[in-house]
Amino acid sequence: MSILVVGEQREGALNKMSLETLAAAQQMGSQLGLPVHMALFGKGAALAAQAIPAAVQVIEHPLLDSYTPDAACIGVRQLIEKLGARVVLFPHTYQVRDYAPKLATSLDRVLVSDVIAHNVNGVALTLVRQLFHGKVNAAVKFTGEPPFFASLQAGAYRVDNLEPSPATVETFTPQIAPEQVRSKPLDLFRESARAVDLSAADVIVSVGRGIKDPENLPLIEQLAKALNAEIAASRPICDNGWLPMERQVGSSGQTVAPKMYMAIGISGAIQHLVGMKGSKVVVAINKDPEAPIFEIADYGIVGDLFQVVPALIDALKK
Amino acid sequence: MKIVVAIKQVPARDSVLRVDSAGKWIADADLTYEINEPDAYALEAGLQLKEQVGGEVVVLSAGPARAAQTIREALAKGADRAVHIESEDNFGGGDPLVVAKLMAAALKQESPDLVLTGLQSDDLGMGQTGVILAELLGVPHATIIMNIEVSGTTLNVKRELEDGWFQNVEMPLPALLTMQSGSNKLRYATLMGIKKAKTKELKKLSPSDLGGMAAPTTVIDRVYFPERNKQSQIFEGSPKEAAEKLIEKLRFEARVI
Repeated sequence: MSILVVGEQREGALNKMSLETLAAAQQMGSQLGLPVHMALFGKGAALAAQAIPAAVQVIEHPLLDSYTPDAACIGVRQLIEKLGARVVLFPHTYQVRDYAPKLATSLDRVLVSDVIAHNVNGVALTLVRQLFHGKVNAAVKFTGEPPFFASLQAGAYRVDNLEPSPATVETFTPQIAPEQVRSKPLDLFRESARAVDLSAADVIVSVGRGIKDPENLPLIEQLAKALNAEIAASRPICDNGWLPMERQVGSSGQTVAPKMYMAIGISGAIQHLVGMKGSKVVVAINKDPEAPIFEIADYGIVGDLFQVVPALIDALKK
Repeated sequence: MKIVVAIKQVPARDSVLRVDSAGKWIADADLTYEINEPDAYALEAGLQLKEQVGGEVVVLSAGPARAAQTIREALAKGADRAVHIESEDNFGGGDPLVVAKLMAAALKQESPDLVLTGLQSDDLGMGQTGVILAELLGVPHATIIMNIEVSGTTLNVKRELEDGWFQNVEMPLPALLTMQSGSNKLRYATLMGIKKAKTKELKKLSPSDLGGMAAPTTVIDRVYFPERNKQSQIFEGSPKEAAEKLIEKLRFEARVI
């Protein structure tokens, strides 16, 4: 019995969330009295394994070189069975979202996804995850049999809590037949060169759903001008075409770390927070005092942005 | 092409949430409900595909009686008919496998060429129902899809990855896709559409029609508001007073402007 961490890497570069997940597994392992294994797969996995201070199993198979959910599911499942893993942890990445629920289902289990914390009481493991885009937390318990599956949110566990353990690399070769892999992955690409580099901005004024209508955007533009700031936005604003995609901050857009990030009418879903939480000072303007953005804000005003923003523009003129 | 779009009714996005007296879910008595936003994009993708290649769009939803309102709205937007798995017995609470098993049983009766759903729900946010359904149905899938092209019995889809990257993926039909929000422009129901929706078929199934509800293997033990780790300094008063205090703080103490 053990805890298995299935990490993620691309072309030999380890996804940092893999180490956060390993740190979480070490904590759970010492609480539950279980050893921790790590696994990687895909082209470059053996190279990426060298950056991991733990016992690593490299799942090697030509059909795992380019990611497909079918091959990933089969390869990881065979390793889980070989190790008799009791708990299987993943970083909550887009790739994990693509195959881990399928893997859990194939074993008639549920993946508890996007977990932010855990509790151990005896041998019982309770996981905490967010509901309603981070407005509410839920403590989730397993009532069935192991293995227990969970994916962990970016930043929920700290890499600097990682305890180096003897680094070893072993190879595991699963049995995968070509006809079991039904989808064909094609090229990876980016849409276009980014004309706007938000990462160079000192001050960013960012706008979200609270703006309600594109006709209200000039208000934000005036504030940005008064602050000598770049304008950014949360995903829905760019999805609607109200601002160009290249101004989107978050997991699918740009990552920024300005001196000041002012979030206006942005509730602060995790997909947005991961793109801006490195900012030196975060200011939040939101009508909902429970909005998760206040979790990371240094300063805030709870109120109607259509009253607060004009008042800010006036105050800046003084 | 027979397309089934799986949709969920969720509390409206700007709902003020309270925890219920048992502390196991949110108090739902005075909430208003709407279609889960990513599912609205899945419906739109399904309707656009039907316009291109012909066929039928069937809406599938599991939920209590009130979900019929959201299903009717999908019919008004252009879906041809609907299947409502109706129960007031919360479908295993937060366990996505319980509801997916019922939906998979209903889908097997339909044997669609393509199943579409949103990438995640705005309430539970597990982001799994689509992927679980694909596994239960034994069909290939792809997630967080921005664009779908069909040629014959092959799908070519554009999948979103992190940091502005995308990937094209090819797979045979039948298949399942989970759609990203913003992948297309949503249509409104027309007056004619709303009128027509009233006469469209809305088949109701109960969990017992579909083999019964499985026992959940994960349960929500407690629901609560998160403690704020970081103490934000909130500026009170009128908008004018609060704004002036904030700007003074940013100028003279934080010195970031």
